[in-house]
Amino acid sequence: MKILAVDSSGLVASVAILEDDSILAEYMVNYKKTHSETLMPMIDEIVKMTNTDLKTLDAIAIAGGPGSFTGLRIGSATVKGIAQFLNIPIISVPTVDALSYNFCGSDRLVVPIMDARRNQTYTGIFDFHDGNDPEVLMEQCPMSVEDLAGHLNEIGRPIVLLGDGVARFRETLDELLTVDHIYAPAHMSRQRAGAVAVLGAKYYAEGKYTSAEEHEPEYLRKSQAEREREAQNA
Amino acid sequence: MSSKDTYILGIESSCDETAAAVVKNGREVLSNVISSQIAIHTLYGGVVPEIASRKHIEKINQVVTEALKQAGMKITDCDAIGVTYGPGLIGPLLIGVSFAKGLSYASGVPLVGVHHIEGHISANYIENHELEPPFLCLVVSGGHTHLVRVKDYGEYEILGRTQDDAAGEAFDKVARAIGLGYPGGPKIDKVSKEGNPDAIHFPRAHVGDSEYDFSFSGLKSSVLNYLNSLEMKHEQYVQADVAASFQKAVVDVLVGNSVHAIEKFHADKFALAGGVASNSALREAMQKACEERGVKFYRPAPILCTDNAAMIGSAAYYDFKKGIRAGLDLNAVANLKLGERAY
Repeated sequence: MKILAVDSSGLVASVAILEDDSILAEYMVNYKKTHSETLMPMIDEIVKMTNTDLKTLDAIAIAGGPGSFTGLRIGSATVKGIAQFLNIPIISVPTVDALSYNFCGSDRLVVPIMDARRNQTYTGIFDFHDGNDPEVLMEQCPMSVEDLAGHLNEIGRPIVLLGDGVARFRETLDELLTVDHIYAPAHMSRQRAGAVAVLGAKYYAEGKYTSAEEHEPEYLRKSQAEREREAQNA
Repeated sequence: MSSKDTYILGIESSCDETAAAVVKNGREVLSNVISSQIAIHTLYGGVVPEIASRKHIEKINQVVTEALKQAGMKITDCDAIGVTYGPGLIGPLLIGVSFAKGLSYASGVPLVGVHHIEGHISANYIENHELEPPFLCLVVSGGHTHLVRVKDYGEYEILGRTQDDAAGEAFDKVARAIGLGYPGGPKIDKVSKEGNPDAIHFPRAHVGDSEYDFSFSGLKSSVLNYLNSLEMKHEQYVQADVAASFQKAVVDVLVGNSVHAIEKFHADKFALAGGVASNSALREAMQKACEERGVKFYRPAPILCTDNAAMIGSAAYYDFKKGIRAGLDLNAVANLKLGERAY
């Protein structure tokens, strides 16, 4: 089974190709060029490097959200175009779940935090004590860093934090957290398409995928205009 | 299908229409599918970019599938994919561009990035098979007001542009002020038919340093001032008269500058393009001005005036013939200038 995986949910652009149990290639760029400029050339690069015939792909896995609205859509629209022609399904992997998979097997609770703007994070709490299949103590959601710290203190277990929200919220977290906490090293702290691919393969086996036409990002948040309109009408 | 024929799949998502079309040899429309989002944006009184982007991604696959189906073709039957990459709203543009790149990459069908205004101008090629450059073209829409010399296919000289609001934008703003709502262009056009265009004299702006440039924000302000002054006096305004008088002021300026250019460049062909080219008063006035001067007048049917992908397919055809191809790093450019190629 062969899966192309893409993550453009945050500042990082990452693509990978998984064949059965093996990642054939993984490419990550954390640079200020836009995803629109980097993503397709990166896909082309790993496809060529691994002599992959696109027609042999079984599915495309994508970090489906949350994340930067525009970043999610660049990835989503790109794979919708590729999958449409190849007539293969798209597997939407929750971004925060994929991030947590960087610490698969950790004794600590794994807590990804993405900078969600408006003083919020996209976060979740994952317990890998039982192996590769984490117990999800809190599903991915938008949350203030204060509320998150409150939850973590309540649970009271050691944690590892990762994600692009760390840089932004580290001081606040150090101030608020009363539990033992560490931060991920750079190579494990960002979205990796390899993790999206591995989780994607799992979902694929479980039949959790959609057609190219049906796929759309999971924003976890309404647009500002919709929120304001609802507030006015409330 | 004759082997010398060229088929282009056009894709357009620069604002609030998700559109795809198949065009043969740049002039013949085999399909023209448009999924409009106007109903949802009407709730907000105008296009909300984030909502537009979300709608585009929901619709893009089915719109493209439908366009190919109606044309009776597969993507690999097409010689190229043409996609709007600017100007427009960046979020919406990125959907079409990213999707087209993915589709082009997987299928091996070459990609051409198209300028949205060039698309609007090219809509005239579809409607009028005998039309060829050079000609003068007035492009008027919700986002653009350009008076252009089309010197050759893909070769443009911008004579004048708006220095503030686009003409269509002024229509939207005035429509909102007199309670007509969004979209303003068609609504003002309709209600103006019952109004007196000479009831109120609104100023026709003359832009100092450029003989062909436009300005509509002063006109818009003077309509708002007029409404305010009546309100202060507790007097009612006549909606149809305000609409008709405002519309006449806009049309006078658009036609005035166009006629000036026709005379200066001794043009023998003149074309209208863009959403506001559907405005009946503008069409009539421009046609009359052209006929009086022996200038052949062209305009696309309303379905080709609004944002659509057939016009993108047509413009892409002429670029494709010149050997122009976009790479996998094609990016959307919100403020792309006409005549500029950003790849």
